[in-house]
Amino acid sequence: MPSTELDAAAYRRPPSPLRTTTVAFLGIAAACLAVADIEVSTLDPWTEFGRMALGLVTPDFTATERLAESLAHTVAFALLGVALGNVLGFALALVFEWRAVRMGCAVVRAVHELFWALIFLQVLGLTPWTGILAIAIPYAGIIAKVYAEILEEADPAPARALPRGTGRVATFLYARMPDALVHFRSYSLYRLECGLRSSAVLGFVGLPTLGFHLESAFAQGLYSEASALLILFWVVIATIRQWLRRRLLPLYLVAAVWVLPAGLPTSLASAWRFVTEDIVPHPLRVAEQLDAAAWLAAWDWLAMLLTEQALPGVLNTVVLTMIALVATGALTLLMFPLVSPKFFGPWGRRAGHLFLVVVRSTPEYVLAYVGLQLWGPSMLPAIVALSLHNGGIIGHLVGRFTETLALRPDSPRGLNRYFYEVLPRVYPQFLAFLFYRWEVILRETAILGMLGIGTLGFYVDSAFADIRFDRAVVLIAVTALLNIAVDAISRRVRAQLRLKTAFEAA
Amino acid sequence: MSPYLELREATVHYGGRPALEAISLRIPRGQKVALVGRSGAGKSTLLRLLYEHEGGDAALVPQELGLVKTLSVFHNVYMARLARHNPLYNLANLLRPLESEVAAVVPVLERLDLADKLFERAGELSGGQQQRTAVARALHQDATVMMADEPVSAVDEHQSRRVLDAITGGHDTVVLAMHDTGLAIDYAERIIGLDGGRITLDAPTDGMRRGDLDALYGA
Repeated sequence: MPSTELDAAAYRRPPSPLRTTTVAFLGIAAACLAVADIEVSTLDPWTEFGRMALGLVTPDFTATERLAESLAHTVAFALLGVALGNVLGFALALVFEWRAVRMGCAVVRAVHELFWALIFLQVLGLTPWTGILAIAIPYAGIIAKVYAEILEEADPAPARALPRGTGRVATFLYARMPDALVHFRSYSLYRLECGLRSSAVLGFVGLPTLGFHLESAFAQGLYSEASALLILFWVVIATIRQWLRRRLLPLYLVAAVWVLPAGLPTSLASAWRFVTEDIVPHPLRVAEQLDAAAWLAAWDWLAMLLTEQALPGVLNTVVLTMIALVATGALTLLMFPLVSPKFFGPWGRRAGHLFLVVVRSTPEYVLAYVGLQLWGPSMLPAIVALSLHNGGIIGHLVGRFTETLALRPDSPRGLNRYFYEVLPRVYPQFLAFLFYRWEVILRETAILGMLGIGTLGFYVDSAFADIRFDRAVVLIAVTALLNIAVDAISRRVRAQLRLKTAFEAA
Repeated sequence: MSPYLELREATVHYGGRPALEAISLRIPRGQKVALVGRSGAGKSTLLRLLYEHEGGDAALVPQELGLVKTLSVFHNVYMARLARHNPLYNLANLLRPLESEVAAVVPVLERLDLADKLFERAGELSGGQQQRTAVARALHQDATVMMADEPVSAVDEHQSRRVLDAITGGHDTVVLAMHDTGLAIDYAERIIGLDGGRITLDAPTDGMRRGDLDALYGA
C-alpha cells in the first residue's frame, strides 16, 4: 500500500473527542478570561506579603488555649456532621431510585455549607446543631449519590448466583454490601477530610471553629497566630489516617458531643418567625391584603432581584467557575507527578504529599485573602485560590491513580515518560475527576463571595448581612438551580466521553 | 560489549517461592534462542532477567504488551525512538504526527500487515493487532538484540510466521519465550527448556522434532 495515500486518509481522521472537549473548554475559559476583571491594583503588595511570610515562618503557639479549643471544635463539628451525613446518606442511597429522593439530594447538595449555616443560624440560633446540620445536610445529599453509584457498580454476579427466593435484605447484605463496604469506608474517610475543611470554614460565619480565629487573626494582622492555627490544621489533616481508627470512632463521637459548647437555647418563636415571616417576600409581608396590587409589587420585587443581583451574580459565578475549572486542570497536570511513584522516589513523594496537603487543606478563604493582599480586589485571587485548592485535591487523586499503571521495563523517563506513557493513560480519568469537581468549584465560589468578589455568594451574604432573608432565600434558590444545571451538563459531557465514574472527587 | 548474554547462578523468588533456581546460561551474540516450557515454568522471569542484565540497547516485547491504549498505533510504535529526540520534538510529534516520523513507521507496520491501522487508537484494535503493534514498536527500535515474550500468542498461524520472520530477520540476537514448540523449532537455532524454574533441556534445533519436547510438557 503506498504510504502517501495512507497519510492523507490518516490526517482526515476526526480528532479524538477527548481532545475536542479539551480544546472547547480551553476556548470557553479564554473567552471568560477576556471579560473577567483580573487587574492587579495594588501598588505595594510586597510589604504586607512580607509580613504574612514572616508570620508563616514564626508561628506563635502561645495562645494555646484558644488554639486547642478552636481545633477541638473544628474536629468535633466535622466528626458529628459527617457521621450524621453518612447515616442519612446511606439510608437515602438505598432508595435512590426514587425520583423524589434523587431530586431532594440534588437540591440539598447544591447549597453550600456556608449558606446552610447562615440559614440555621436564623432558625436555630448559635447552637451546636447549627454547625452539625450545616455539614450533615449537604453531605447527606452528596453521600447518597456517591453510595448509590458505588452500589450500582458493585459486581452483580454474586447476587445473580444466589438461589431463587433469597430475600432482598439477605441479598443486599451478602451479595452487594461486602463489595461496596470497602469503597464506603475509603469514601467516608475522604468525606471526613472534606468535613474538617467545611467545619473550619463555618468559622467565617461565626461558629467557634478554626475559621473564626483565623479570620480575626488575619483581620488584625496577627499572622504568627494565623500561621499556628494553619499549621495545626495541616497536621490534623495530614495525619488523619493515623489518628482515625475504626475502633476509636465511638469514643471520638462521644468526646465530640462533650467538647461542643452548649450554645444559646433555640428560640422557637424566632425560628417560627423566620419560616413564616422573614422569608416571605417583602411586598407580600407588608401588604395589608393580598390583592392584585400586592402581587404586582411582589412581581416587581422579584424582577428587580433577578435582574440587579441574581443575573450579575450568575454571570460572575459562571465566569469565575469556568476559568477556575480550566486553571484547576492545568495545575493538576503540573502537580500530580509530585506524588506519583512513576516520577519520584519515596522521599520526593513525601515532600510532594506535604505540599499537596498544604495547598488542598488551606481554606480557599485564606488563599484568596492572601491573594487579595497581593493583587488587590479582582477575580484573580479567587481564581488562584480555587485552582490551587482543587488542583491539590485532584492532583492527589490522579497521582494515586498512577500507582495502578504498569509501565514496561523499557519505558522512557522524564518528560518523555510524562507525555507518552503517563499522560495519555491518566487523561480520561483526569477529565472524569475534573468534571466531577466542576460542580464543587461552582459551590465553592460562594465562599469567595464573602470576600467581596461579586459572585452569587456575595449577594447572598449581603442579603443576610442586611437582614433581608426573603432576598437571601431567592438567591440561594438561584444558586441551587445553577448547581443542578452544571451537574446535569457535567454528567452529559462525562457520558458522551464515556468517562468512568470518579466519585472520589465528588 | 561482552560477546555473550550471560547469567551465572541466577535465582529469583516470588513471595518466598522460587521462580528460577540457580540458572547459569550463556547465549553468544548472533544466536537465536527459544525458551520453552509450561506456563509457570519460569520463561517470562528468565527473559526479564536476561533483559535486565543486557540493558542498554535491547528491544523488548513484554507479554502484557505495555501499549498506551489511548494513543494511536503510530504513537505507540514511535515510542521506541523517544530516547533519540529531545522532549520538545517528542511533544510536537505527540500533538501532531510529523511526516518524517510517519514515513519511518509505515514500512514497519507494512511488514506486519498493520499499515491500515496507522492512526487507530491501540485500545480499539483486536488482541492480535495489539500484539503486532507491540512487536512493531520493538522492531522500530532497530536494536541488535530482541527479546520477545510470547509475541505471537494471539495471532493466527499465517500471521505468526510473518511476525516471527520480521523479528528474526531484523535482529542479530533474538530470545523468544514461546509455547508453540513447532514455531520455536522453526525459528530458533537453540531451544532452552524450563521446568519448575530449572533448565531441563538445552539443545540445538538441527534435526529436532516436536515430539522431542513433549517431556517438558509432562507428556
